[in-house]
Amino acid sequence: MSGILARLSGVSRIYQKGKEKVEVLHELDLEIPDGDFVAIMGPSGSGKTTLLNLLGGLDKPTAGTVKVGDAELSSMSNSQLSRWRSNHVGFIFQFYNLLPVLTAHRNVELPLLLTNFSAKERAKRASIALDIVGLGDRAKHYPRELSGGQEQRVAIARAIVSDPSLLLCDEPTGDLDRDTADEILKLLQVLNREHGKTIVMVTHDAQAAEYAKRTLHCDKGTLEAKEAA
Amino acid sequence: MKYFRLIWKNVWRKKIRTSLTILSVFVAFLLFSLLSAFSFAFRGGVDVADAERLIVIHKVSLVNLLPMSYLNRIAATDGVASVTHATWFGGYYQEQRNQFGQFPVDPDAYFAMYPEFNISTEQFEAFKRNRTGAVVGQELATRFDWEVGDRIPIQATIWSRTDGERTWEFDLEGIFSTDDPRGSTAIMLFHYDFLEEARAFAKGTVGWYILRVESGADPVQVAKSVDLLFANSPAETKTSTEAAFAQSFTKQFGNIALIVMLILGAVFFTLLLVSGNTMSQSVRERINELAVLKTLGFGDRTVLGIVLSESIVIMLIGGLLGLGLGWILVQGIAKQMAAFLPGIFLSPGAILGAIGLMIGAGVLAGIFPAVKAMRLTIIEALARA
Repeated sequence: MSGILARLSGVSRIYQKGKEKVEVLHELDLEIPDGDFVAIMGPSGSGKTTLLNLLGGLDKPTAGTVKVGDAELSSMSNSQLSRWRSNHVGFIFQFYNLLPVLTAHRNVELPLLLTNFSAKERAKRASIALDIVGLGDRAKHYPRELSGGQEQRVAIARAIVSDPSLLLCDEPTGDLDRDTADEILKLLQVLNREHGKTIVMVTHDAQAAEYAKRTLHCDKGTLEAKEAA
Repeated sequence: MKYFRLIWKNVWRKKIRTSLTILSVFVAFLLFSLLSAFSFAFRGGVDVADAERLIVIHKVSLVNLLPMSYLNRIAATDGVASVTHATWFGGYYQEQRNQFGQFPVDPDAYFAMYPEFNISTEQFEAFKRNRTGAVVGQELATRFDWEVGDRIPIQATIWSRTDGERTWEFDLEGIFSTDDPRGSTAIMLFHYDFLEEARAFAKGTVGWYILRVESGADPVQVAKSVDLLFANSPAETKTSTEAAFAQSFTKQFGNIALIVMLILGAVFFTLLLVSGNTMSQSVRERINELAVLKTLGFGDRTVLGIVLSESIVIMLIGGLLGLGLGWILVQGIAKQMAAFLPGIFLSPGAILGAIGLMIGAGVLAGIFPAVKAMRLTIIEALARA
């Protein structure tokens, strides 16, 4: 690990629910080194997804700062955050969130539409990403024609196609059986070890967390290291 | 263009719903093209009107006749370069449905007044020599398959002959054309002298006068001078420009432009509701997908543009299909109705207007769902899913 990729300092996130204020994260400090694979565990409502959203620039802290690479996310506008996300971060969701009207190849190509690459270059990069996740032969298939594990692989290919430094995974194996989940987690390990991707994974699954280099426990808006890899 | 595939795939997400919406757009623009073509025919005379030609009619109405004696007095008026006359004959060929304009005229003066009509010198001279001769426009000749030398019987609805007969026979001596594609040549011209000699009543009268204003003269002032000549006479006149005359003639059939506007207004209002509803449903159904696009880095404006483009694409598919079929139908209808209503034409202006309308309607139908998609908060949308 060469340096710190993401740093959260004194981050609080308070949501207004009707007249009530709910503090989901409380003065949280966190450093994620470049090349880390960190699992975040915790009960529902503990703030782990909020933490992921802050790291991905999908949400802004009520207090404190979120810095990823050279970008100070907490002070960026929505359009700046959109551009930053397209270049620096890949998202992997529990329910894959592929567009059903597009083939696997076109789904993977989606983030590249935001770049200036030619159609040929986009197609080439999408094919490489699909090859990395082992689905080069499923490029023309629509999501409905794929299994859950294959859909999640396509989602991973979509997350890595623009070569981001940070992958944010929200329960990536939550909708998969054990064997398929293990395949996906091994794939994430490969991306971390061989391709140098920094991965932050939120999970309820202790077995899934074992694939990470370290695990953090999130509870009542604070974090503590549970174990080190 | 790089978003086109995504837009196209989204448009056809629900094939039946999109097809039905496109069908409604198709019908609306088919109607638009047909009504535009008819509207063009009704106002065709206005478009080809010559600003230097004035029309003098009876002040009461076009139906009332004017004395032939006015001709020389109008010709002597300051600012008048030349003058001629015409009269509505109102006959039909073989069957009542074969009605078209027949006008008894002074050949030399009339063709001098309308230089846009082209006829060969030989045919024109033959027409002038034959008292029962007639010339017809190319449109009419094509419509009835007439050739020079044909004997054409016209059944009069107004003018009976001195012997009580209502059939007038003419020798076709020539066929004329016009260079102006908007101008109609679905008319027949014959000798006023023949009408005057043979008609049973209203001798010494004409339907209206046409005068050409001298170069540099003020048409409004000339019109006033002419009307002043016949003020307080039994046959007072009303002089107007050819365009104003054509407009007042068209208004005999009602305010065509207003009728067309009202029909199209109702159609397009319904169309906006239908397509607006389609777009709203489409956006509601894929809140999660739009949130995913935003998560991937698609900006608010890009998402707005994608949804708006989907709406415009739906309008363009249905609209262009409707316009295309309309154009084909107009060609056929124009041929079939050339005798009754010449000048049915889907003009380039109407086509461009229709395309503008498609884009405008697409924007209107899509703007609210598109703004909703643009304002979507990623976290809320993903949490809802």
